[in-house]
Amino acid sequence: MSLVHEIDYGTPASKSEKLVTLTIDGMTVQVPEGTSIMRAAMEVGNQIPKLCATDMLDAFGSCRLCLVEIEGRNGTPASCTTPVADGIVVKTQTERLKKIRKGVMELYISDHPLDCLTCSANGDCELQDMAGVVGLRDVRYGYQGENHTKLGKDESNPYFTYEKSKCIVCNRCVRACEEVQGTFALTISGRGFDSRVSPGMDESFLSSECVSCGACVQSCPTATLNEKAMYNIGTPEHSVVTTCAYCGVGCTFKAEMRGDELVRMVPYKDGKANRGHSCVKGRFAYGYAVHQDRILKPMIRSSIHEPWKEVSYEEAIQYAASEFKRIQEKYGKRSVGGITSSRCTNEETYLVQKLIRGGFGNNNVDTCARVCHSPTGYGLSVTYGTSAGTQDFDSIEESDVVLIIGANPTDGHPVFGSRLKKRLRQGAKLIVVDPRRTDVVRSPHIEAAYHLPLRPGTNVAIVTALAHVIVTEGLVNEQFVRERCDWEEFQEWAAFVAEERHSPEAVEKYTGVPADAVRGAARLYATGGNGAIYYGLGVTEHSQGSTTVIAIANLAMATGNIGRNGVGVNPLRGQNNVQGSCDMGSFPHELPGYRHISDDATRAAFEALWGVGLDDEPGLRIPNMFDAAVEGTYKGMYVQGEDILQSDPDTKHVSAGLAALECLVVQDLFLNETANYAHVFLPGCSFLEKDGTFTNAERRIQRIRKVMAPKNGYADWEVTQMLSNALGFPMNYSHPGEIMDEIAALTPSFAGVNYKLLDEMGSVQWPCNEKAPEGTPIMHIGGFVRGKGKFMLTEYVPTDEKTGPRFPLLLTTGRILSQYNVGAQTRRTENVVWHAEDVLEIHAHDAEVRGIRDGDFVKLDSRAGSTSLRAVISDRVAPGVVYTTFHHPVTQANVVTTDYSDWATNCPEYKVTAVQVSPSNGPTQWQEEYENLSRTSRRIAAE
Amino acid sequence: MSHNSTEKLVYMANQIATAFAAQKHEAAVEATRTHIKKFWDPRMRSKIAEHVAHGGEGLQPIAREALEGLQAPKAA
Ligand code: SF4
Ligand code: SF4
Ligand code: SF4
Ligand code: FES
Repeated sequence: MSLVHEIDYGTPASKSEKLVTLTIDGMTVQVPEGTSIMRAAMEVGNQIPKLCATDMLDAFGSCRLCLVEIEGRNGTPASCTTPVADGIVVKTQTERLKKIRKGVMELYISDHPLDCLTCSANGDCELQDMAGVVGLRDVRYGYQGENHTKLGKDESNPYFTYEKSKCIVCNRCVRACEEVQGTFALTISGRGFDSRVSPGMDESFLSSECVSCGACVQSCPTATLNEKAMYNIGTPEHSVVTTCAYCGVGCTFKAEMRGDELVRMVPYKDGKANRGHSCVKGRFAYGYAVHQDRILKPMIRSSIHEPWKEVSYEEAIQYAASEFKRIQEKYGKRSVGGITSSRCTNEETYLVQKLIRGGFGNNNVDTCARVCHSPTGYGLSVTYGTSAGTQDFDSIEESDVVLIIGANPTDGHPVFGSRLKKRLRQGAKLIVVDPRRTDVVRSPHIEAAYHLPLRPGTNVAIVTALAHVIVTEGLVNEQFVRERCDWEEFQEWAAFVAEERHSPEAVEKYTGVPADAVRGAARLYATGGNGAIYYGLGVTEHSQGSTTVIAIANLAMATGNIGRNGVGVNPLRGQNNVQGSCDMGSFPHELPGYRHISDDATRAAFEALWGVGLDDEPGLRIPNMFDAAVEGTYKGMYVQGEDILQSDPDTKHVSAGLAALECLVVQDLFLNETANYAHVFLPGCSFLEKDGTFTNAERRIQRIRKVMAPKNGYADWEVTQMLSNALGFPMNYSHPGEIMDEIAALTPSFAGVNYKLLDEMGSVQWPCNEKAPEGTPIMHIGGFVRGKGKFMLTEYVPTDEKTGPRFPLLLTTGRILSQYNVGAQTRRTENVVWHAEDVLEIHAHDAEVRGIRDGDFVKLDSRAGSTSLRAVISDRVAPGVVYTTFHHPVTQANVVTTDYSDWATNCPEYKVTAVQVSPSNGPTQWQEEYENLSRTSRRIAAE
Repeated sequence: MSHNSTEKLVYMANQIATAFAAQKHEAAVEATRTHIKKFWDPRMRSKIAEHVAHGGEGLQPIAREALEGLQAPKAA
């Protein structure tokens, strides 16, 4: 194995379809119009020396190393900034050019510390390379002149250093931060000889606006910006292409290794979701995989009050299987179930649901998508016929108006956020519907045309009001609707939304959004060109989550914004494989490929291949499982890779449910919060230690590849297989590829998927089958999957979670860039420097009347429970609204969230809880009790 | 909301009925019935069926009508 080297073409590819023919060093080249001479030369394998150019960035033309000669033209133009022209004859290597280049390099080198042998970028430095390329053998100026070698190092960022003396002021980092990331954290400060890169106003990286995405580090040709790991470990010697295991963007990385040690994760330019970019989590926050908290041996105990006992896999598996059998014998077949993980691979998820349906003989399987995007599955499948987003991420490059509802892409889906911001800087218009002023509403060079700061819980009213304007002002795309949708249903819908009570003026009373802003936004979306909707959990996690998804789907149909590039309805999905876990039959009513369990033909296909009869009744959904556990009809559960105690709402109810189980099997990297109630612990393995696939928010199926042996001995799918065998339901896979072959054989939308295809194509978007052998980037082209698009009525029903004198404020929840969900991974990395605790954002007015100052400890009470955390005064939230994140178990924000949920899917209403906030001096009783429980429950008996 | 399960099931059934209430009555009843049949586990359906048999207190008309026409689930 060796390092995967990607060619740097020097400048980005041109999108022109017109071809231009020229001659470079005697070779004829044909390239698209607008291509730089540098890139054209690279196309035929001639690498022109360069320092300030790289193909992730627009050409800049500052280093003067890439000069060429063009017959019939004067001078020596820079090849990075000079576009090709028909018929020109270019020379990249002449005596004159050699001399100029040597001179340029001499100047750079004379001002450069010559500690190459001990430099962290030794062997990975473009300056070093170029010195060799131009044949520099001597520096006439000597090294004694004025130079920068004494400038210090900024080591404030936990993952990379900034060694000023090595900077050649090529500007690549500054441009990467602007063009690729869109943060504008860097500038060149000082002039001439004194100029240097500087974060913000000469701040340190950590205290600047920098979000640690790594784009500048990636683009820096020298060791000036360099990963600390390169300094500590050394340069990598081989690399493997794999996929990030954090969020639903699904960035492709090269895992660069030295032996079986991971040196760094480098974003892969060929990655179709990220196109060479990354965020701080995927790029740097992988340290959890080797964290000392990882549990590597199986453990069992007969009561949660006892300490854990380490045992062999065999013993743990036998114990779990015998317990499940005993429970089923005593309480019936449907008294056990399990939860698949959106963090695990498609193959693993498929296997867990197979074990439950085939081995347990019931359909009590669910997944954490229940608590995030289950309304998406429901809403998009009833209206369009597919439980997934309609576009690929590239589609954003052709959007003219972007409508973001209840999503915070720059924090939640950072790489998509960067791609979105790039499009907005090119002139696309932005509408944001969100109670909170998220970063994307106003950030450098971006200003939303409309921000509709609605009261939490009024999404349906706002989206229906947008539809009201579109219908009553004659902005419907009638041709599209007539052709593509059920006309009668449309008319019924149009009459419904046109009712005066749905007008922006009428709903303003309870949404709090000025009517003219709603009208303006509706007009812009309907008439501004390609209109694309992106939404997140701010849409789904409500008692009317599914209704809002339907309302969104209606809006896109009415305006004809479906079925081509630049438009569509796009759920920004949370976890790396939440799309995949849903596709793989993790829902209690559906077999893989979204086919209802009561469908005899589908069941028969599975029964034939699995060799077992299947229950035709839907199973319990996660919240129903807790209810049934408390009630005593649900007694055993197998949970793979989810921390339901921390992530699910109404913690007290969840813990009561878990405590009532007779056998809880938890498979995870760490003793997570759920494991406090477990009887069997099966160690999990990280994404670096196994093979498989993840499916991202674009329906893109991508490989994850094993770069080291599982530290716990087995990949997760192998452990599931052992458990299944012990239950008497045989599984004999020797590689996840075989599991994918079975998935393909049973699931029409995956029929064409196999590891060979994925290796060849890099990734593929489902449906991938005979009709679409190379996958489907854009859905519903020419017709909806269900036939005619279905308009549905969306009546606004206020949530029953209401504010009143006892609980006058509305709490809404979200997350931040550097932490991930319950934080089990990111809390175990240096990302904690950006977010050491959850805080409560509160408006100055609400704080003042309660006597709360910035930074005070406060108590947060709701009908469900109370917790305490620190308050931060913020104008991002409106008066009457407070906001927090849920990344830390000490805070347990979900102690206060209630068990109200979406009417269709039981997706919890995380986004609206009536609360009161008051000054406090310490943890609540619940926090103290829970802390005690955690301490005792995590004990492991000495051997 | 109460965790008492019958009360909770009544609440859920009403929520579903309300979501479909804007449609014509027949369609709303049918949609509610289909939804419950498709998504509720048998023990939940048995429990609410029992509640309906005992008068179905608290159920809104659409939900009640939907549930009255719902077949009892088979045993496992
Ligand atoms: S790490 Fe990213 S955000 Fe920070 S300065 Fe570099 S490019 Fe900008
Ligand atoms: S820090 Fe690196 S990328 Fe930035 S200007 Fe200096 S040498 Fe160029
Ligand atoms: S955007 Fe998401 S997938 Fe990409 S690196 Fe960040 S966490 Fe990973
Ligand atoms: S690479 Fe062309 S001027 Fe620097």
